[in-house]
Amino acid sequence: MAITAIKGKTALTGNSAIAYGMKQINPDVCAAYPITPSTQIAEEFSSYVADGAVQTEYVTVESEHSAMSACIGASAAGARVMTATSSQGLALMWEMLYVASGMRLPIVMTNVNRALSAPINIHCDHSDSMGARDAGWIQLYSETVQEGYDNLFQAMRIAEDLRVRIPAMVCFDGFITSHAIENIELLSDEEVQGFVGEFKAVNPLLDVERPVTYGALSLQDTYMEFKYQQSQAISRAKEVVIEVGKEFGKRFGREYGLFETYKLDDADVAVVILNSAAGTTKVAIDELRGKGIKAGLLRPRLYRPFPAVELSNALKHVKAIACLDRADSMSGFGGPLFNDIRSAMYELEARPKIISRIYGLGGRDYKVRDAIAVFDELENVKKTGVVDELMKYITI
Amino acid sequence: MATLKELSAKKELFTGGHRLCSGCGIPPIVRLILRSTDSPIVATTATGCLEVGSTIYPYTAWRIPWIHSAFENAAATISGVETAYRALRKRGRIPDRDMKFIAFGGDGGTYDIGIQALSGALERGHDFLYVCYDNGGYMNTGIQRSSATPMAAATTTSPAGDVIPGKQNWRKDLTKIVVAHDIPYAAQASPHNWADLSKKAEKALKVKGAAFMNVMSPCPLGWYTKPEDSMKLAKLSVDTCYWPLYEVENGVLRVTYKPKEKRPFEEWLKPQGRFKHVFKPENAHLIEESQKRIDLEWQRLLDLDGKRV
Repeated sequence: MAITAIKGKTALTGNSAIAYGMKQINPDVCAAYPITPSTQIAEEFSSYVADGAVQTEYVTVESEHSAMSACIGASAAGARVMTATSSQGLALMWEMLYVASGMRLPIVMTNVNRALSAPINIHCDHSDSMGARDAGWIQLYSETVQEGYDNLFQAMRIAEDLRVRIPAMVCFDGFITSHAIENIELLSDEEVQGFVGEFKAVNPLLDVERPVTYGALSLQDTYMEFKYQQSQAISRAKEVVIEVGKEFGKRFGREYGLFETYKLDDADVAVVILNSAAGTTKVAIDELRGKGIKAGLLRPRLYRPFPAVELSNALKHVKAIACLDRADSMSGFGGPLFNDIRSAMYELEARPKIISRIYGLGGRDYKVRDAIAVFDELENVKKTGVVDELMKYITI
Repeated sequence: MATLKELSAKKELFTGGHRLCSGCGIPPIVRLILRSTDSPIVATTATGCLEVGSTIYPYTAWRIPWIHSAFENAAATISGVETAYRALRKRGRIPDRDMKFIAFGGDGGTYDIGIQALSGALERGHDFLYVCYDNGGYMNTGIQRSSATPMAAATTTSPAGDVIPGKQNWRKDLTKIVVAHDIPYAAQASPHNWADLSKKAEKALKVKGAAFMNVMSPCPLGWYTKPEDSMKLAKLSVDTCYWPLYEVENGVLRVTYKPKEKRPFEEWLKPQGRFKHVFKPENAHLIEESQKRIDLEWQRLLDLDGKRV
């Protein structure tokens, strides 16, 4: 049964907060297939539908591939469309993720991060959304339930912005965020509606007076121009993310940027990390600061498009950086976050030392002492200038 | 039902200038079906001949809103479009009028890779028509075998080799599978019998809920036949009872055409290059086995004629 939440402070799991946020958005169509650990989003949202709390038409598709396909059909038809998934579900959607972004359909999807098989594992890591990082979707990562909830509304504004029109994915950690109850502040329905505004369909299929063709065959003479426009559009999303994050702050008192920093301004050593593990790292930083170690953190929020210049500016003064990836790109050369951050820093004249550490795969605990161990390594790199191991799995 | 004169007076919604082959069965099927309703239509097409041949950017042969998203998901895509129609109509964001939704797919996109999406959409009961144009193979990608390919046919992935004489399996009976979903309307048709096809399309588009049509679609390229023989071959597929014309309307099966004289199966095989090898003496058993199976299936169908299935 869906929760009954009221505006103001309340305690919710990540999944309940997203389902509630979707209820407040009241999209035209939702096509979703349940999968652990995002199942409650589908369950609770279908309760809202069954109770008449939303006007949404809910399509109980037979797979995630069909979920995304139905979302594409509905979005092209002119509807505001939302869905949610995790892990294997996102993997099954893979083909259609590219179609959604290539058709410039502003679908908003929550991806509750979970490991990919094999071996099968239902717990948190970022292999799913990291694998989809180049599918042409905007990706926002969220540390907390509050941020996941807030990101949902911002994702909709960003995706639907006429300068962008690109689908957006809101990611947060399976179980850690999806199932843990946190105190969050809810917006009122009016605030949500006022913020997301009315949906404006562009070239909808249902406008039969003006028939349009979606998904034509584009060959050597035009394909590249389509991709160029898509590339320009997702690049423009960065400015829109900043704009929307500021407006959100102005309206509701919680401002969001491209990334969050913690004690980074004067840091000698820093960890770059996504989602909930940033919280653990902050605790370690406080401990280390008490011992005089200048430790800091950068937590990217917008990962696609990748705000390379802003990230490198924020990190350029740091002497040694560890990029902690909760996914391995299986290239033998570090995780995806490491590769992107390291590449972004290449333009700097004096580059920090940057190492890749893989943590938390399949839900493996990442504790304060694990973060401290990484900072110890960084202190050593700072002191000696030598990187012993560029890439390493920790906590194994 | 509409007369030929009435049908021909209707606006052409699938225009000439498309790039489908001469003698291809698909365009007459599509043109006839699009004429079978006066309501506005939105269509989707699975990846395949029809999609590739009708919409090479910046051209389109469709005078109606149209979407292609991938190969295996035409039924899921049209589910989304049809759901958006209900959602937006309910909210008063589009005019309050009747609209029709049609998904077209080849046998590859329907019998094989798309059967899950099709089954899901039928079970959910979306108000749409799914049309399978069955040319018996993956013709768009160079004539590979599908589960609709007739037994013994040579394709590029079931070639007639020295040891294995073409496809080893009887075709899947997709119409039967669809009928098992107990949808309001399902039928088999063929473009040579325009009156039967058009009547079925009219019914299919009129019912509330999911409807399905499986239509025989001759393919000169994949069958190794002359373009001008296509309609003759379509007729022979029906007169040999390889492709019976029937419908299941609200659960009642009706054979809509019974040949006065059932032709021997080999009359359909003979003109087709893909069956050349079966006429070698050592392969004579293939024709016999096929004939037996056809006789059995035809009799089964006749036994069900007029009955609730």
